[in-house]
Amino acid sequence: MNAPLTPTTLAELAAAVRSAPRVLAIGARTKPRLSAVAPDVTLISTLGLSGITEYQPDEFTFTALAGTPLREIAATLAARGQYLPFDPYLLDAGATLGGTLAVGLSGPGRFRFGGLRDFILGVRFVDGTGRLVRLGGKVVKNAAGFDVPKFFVGSLGRFGVFGELTFKVFPRPAATLTLRLPVADANAATQILTAAAGARWEIDALDLLPSTDAIALRLAGPAAALPLLAAEILTRFPGEILAAATADALWADLRELRWTFADGPLLKLALTPAQLPALAATVRTHAGRLHVTAGGNAALVSLPAPIASLGLPALTLRGPGPLWLDAPASPVIAAAVKTALDPQNRFPSLAA
Amino acid sequence: MSSTVTSAADPTRFLRRLGEILPPARVLAGPAQLAAYESDGLTAFRTAPLAVAVPETQAEVIALVRLCHAEKIPFVARGSGTSLSGGSTPVAGGLVITLNRLNRILRVDAAQRLAVVEPGVINTAVTLAVASYGLHYAPDPSSQSICTIGGNVAFNSGGAHCLKYGMTSNHVLGLKAVLATGEVVEFGGASREQLGPDWCGLFVGNEGLFGIALEITLQLLPRAEVFHTVLAGYRTLEQAGDAVSAIIASGLLPGAIEIMDALALEAASAAVHAEYPPGCEAVLIVELEGPREVVAAQRPQLDALIAASGPVEARPARDATERAAIWKGRKSAFSAVGRLSPDFIVQDGVVPRRRLGEALRRIAEMSRAAGIRCANVFHAGDGNLHPLILYNGTEPGALERAEILAGKILHMCVEMGGSITGEHGVGLEKRDYLATMFNADELDCLHRLRAAFDPLGLANPGKMFPDGTAPALAQHGLHPLEKAGLISRE
Ligand SMILES: Cc1cc2nc3c(=O)[nH]c(=O)nc-3n(C[C@H](O)[C@H](O)[C@@H](O)COP(=O)(O)OP(=O)(O)OC[C@H]3O[C@@H](n4cnc5c(N)ncnc54)[C@H](O)[C@@H]3O)c2cc1C
Ligand SMILES: Cc1cc2nc3c(=O)[nH]c(=O)nc-3n(C[C@H](O)[C@H](O)[C@H](O)COP(=O)(O)OP(=O)(O)OC[C@H]3O[C@@H](n4cnc5c(N)ncnc54)[C@H](O)[C@@H]3O)c2cc1C
Repeated sequence: MNAPLTPTTLAELAAAVRSAPRVLAIGARTKPRLSAVAPDVTLISTLGLSGITEYQPDEFTFTALAGTPLREIAATLAARGQYLPFDPYLLDAGATLGGTLAVGLSGPGRFRFGGLRDFILGVRFVDGTGRLVRLGGKVVKNAAGFDVPKFFVGSLGRFGVFGELTFKVFPRPAATLTLRLPVADANAATQILTAAAGARWEIDALDLLPSTDAIALRLAGPAAALPLLAAEILTRFPGEILAAATADALWADLRELRWTFADGPLLKLALTPAQLPALAATVRTHAGRLHVTAGGNAALVSLPAPIASLGLPALTLRGPGPLWLDAPASPVIAAAVKTALDPQNRFPSLAA
Repeated sequence: MSSTVTSAADPTRFLRRLGEILPPARVLAGPAQLAAYESDGLTAFRTAPLAVAVPETQAEVIALVRLCHAEKIPFVARGSGTSLSGGSTPVAGGLVITLNRLNRILRVDAAQRLAVVEPGVINTAVTLAVASYGLHYAPDPSSQSICTIGGNVAFNSGGAHCLKYGMTSNHVLGLKAVLATGEVVEFGGASREQLGPDWCGLFVGNEGLFGIALEITLQLLPRAEVFHTVLAGYRTLEQAGDAVSAIIASGLLPGAIEIMDALALEAASAAVHAEYPPGCEAVLIVELEGPREVVAAQRPQLDALIAASGPVEARPARDATERAAIWKGRKSAFSAVGRLSPDFIVQDGVVPRRRLGEALRRIAEMSRAAGIRCANVFHAGDGNLHPLILYNGTEPGALERAEILAGKILHMCVEMGGSITGEHGVGLEKRDYLATMFNADELDCLHRLRAAFDPLGLANPGKMFPDGTAPALAQHGLHPLEKAGLISRE
């Protein structure tokens, strides 16, 4: 395989797409399995397309080039007291904004205000005909045209190459407080996840930790209110309040996937809390590890070696094995939409 | 790409086959029966359809769409017909498929916090059905007591709480739909996460151009425990705008931030006998919501910000009744404006929030120059303006002059980096402005997507895209339901 093309302007990005019959965008390749495609595919790196192009804190929006590292975005937002509430993964590993949208991977914070799909506002992208187009908008509210930016969440670069993205952001809560709630087994975990999610506390994050022996529950808001909420929660579910440093380390380890096997497959699943006990059992039989996030609606599974099935559809983010396990059925409309955005099949199919 | 229909259509044969799907009582074809369906909430556009079909089951809707496809007859899905952009206006020679009788709530899963509903379910019916679990359905267009979830999905409708909670699309987890080709698709599911592209996200907001939603899975949220709602009056709109900026900069995330200007206040106080602080050019409504401990901690911060912003008067709601009164005044403002003027146009542009003051000043100037009164009620937190352009439809040329002013306001929104629509959709009304937001390549991309879902251009043709033939412009006015006092505009 040749070295990736490295455009440094949006016009060069469009030219790069047009330059070869088969292309695929890559960011920092933190999820390299997703861009491990046939050798005849020319890779286009977005790392030369980096930087925040517009940031208006009082608009709650920013626009950045696709190759901008999330780390840089997080730091810029934090300096103005704002953040992307869905806690994107792999900040330290260098994950890019474009790669994150393409993978559709939202972290623990997606529990409260939603995931990537709830914060993406607009995308400037190169379609399969090599044209640079912008759909969606740059303001927090816009209903003109079809919502293609949302469609791109999880599209794995197979429908267009993103050049520039506009996101909505929120003010960062004044304080956070994390509780550790021990659980005996996955059934107990499901019960707590379900009960806590429906309660009045406006929980910020609700995860089953990879150790599977405890739930991490994060509160976020005014500092004065959090201990009061925590006290009530602890009367419902036994547990403890974590020291700030311990809590920070816990969330950072999850964010950077430090609990995973270095060489085995890392997979993402969408699920419901009710499906958690069966998934946990399957993962255990394969000597794997599991991080359940978003109140039991998403899971990352790390395995020592590839397996054939987890009993639910799963996407391989990293490591060996097929791209999909139990691939979700594509809707009948998928081929027509692919043709609409990529008539010459310049981008690989979702199956590869 | 054209959305017109091939001439192969044979209306007589079509109507005969229609009679094989539905009993005669559920096919409306007489002129008197059709009259009720000629327009939607934008009464300026009127077209009589070929017929109106009243299905009661998903199977019937699917059969109807397949018939339209086989006979190449265009169709328009219709919920409650409250669209303010002409979205549910019939197509001449086409079928209207009303979905009001598909109004079953199929499933409520309180543990997973979701509801599966048919498209004809009324927005507020969802919250009513789940209130006993302490849950609610967040999107709250002010037509919510009458509009349908199917219409909300088609338009990605908003409401007063979009800044914090987003629009309809942010609350749709799964969808079953019959596409214009007659194929049935299912997107998403019960999980709040997804694998692969976001098909639901693409479908929501399609303005009825992809097909008909048959079953919608909605996420529910725990109902906010307490509210702190403040109404503050200001001498100038600028001061109200500055107060919004100060609140945004403070790091608070209110559930709603709304502004009404003097003309809107005049209308609202006449309509609901609300008393607003005297001598004010603007009233600001801000609402905090959440667990009581959180609201208690944030309340002094908000109150101090408002006190520092120089209001004539600030009135926090002391109880649920006072809160309801504040919202009643706000939500009735639009229909109340109907009392000031025989006719009006509601616009729905968006500008960057920091340019709200400038936008309002320019709207005032344009309205003065045109000699046309314009009231403003808007979602200040989102930069979503709803200028109400007042005119008298019996004066020759008045409607045309009002349309010109409306167009100038939309151009201003685009020029400022905003949008021609925040929540009411493009529909018929703003289709000629779509090209001010998107260039030829972008429009072509949208057309190709539409053709992927609907190669024959049968689903709601003539809407969103500047093609097809426009029905005659009649006159603006209150929606019949507004005249009856059932709903009000936001
Ligand atoms: C052990 C290890 C080894 C590593 N080895 C390498 C290495 O050899 N080479 C290297 O470059 N990095 C390497 N990295 C870095 C790491 O893989 C990246 O930092 C990765 O995090 C970021 O990738 P990404 O999130 O930007 O998306 P990627 O992983 O690059 O891409 C994810 C998906 O998004 C799509 N995508 C990405 N950008 C766009 C876009 N603009 N438009 C449309 N689709 C897009 C891709 O097609 C792919 O489907 C390594 C890291 C580790 C820990
Ligand atoms: C007084 C008043 C106040 C309003 N306030 C607000 C507000 O605060 N916020 C806001 O966003 N809007 C508001 N609106 C606009 C309107 O209520 C919304 O657009 C609403 O979603 C329309 O719902 P409906 O059931 O009346 O749909 P209709 O008007 O019948 O249809 C709207 C569109 O949806 C399509 N459609 C309907 N059902 C389906 C289906 N099942 N599948 C596919 N397509 C379908 C139609 O073809 C049409 O294009 C207001 C309107 C009025 C009259």
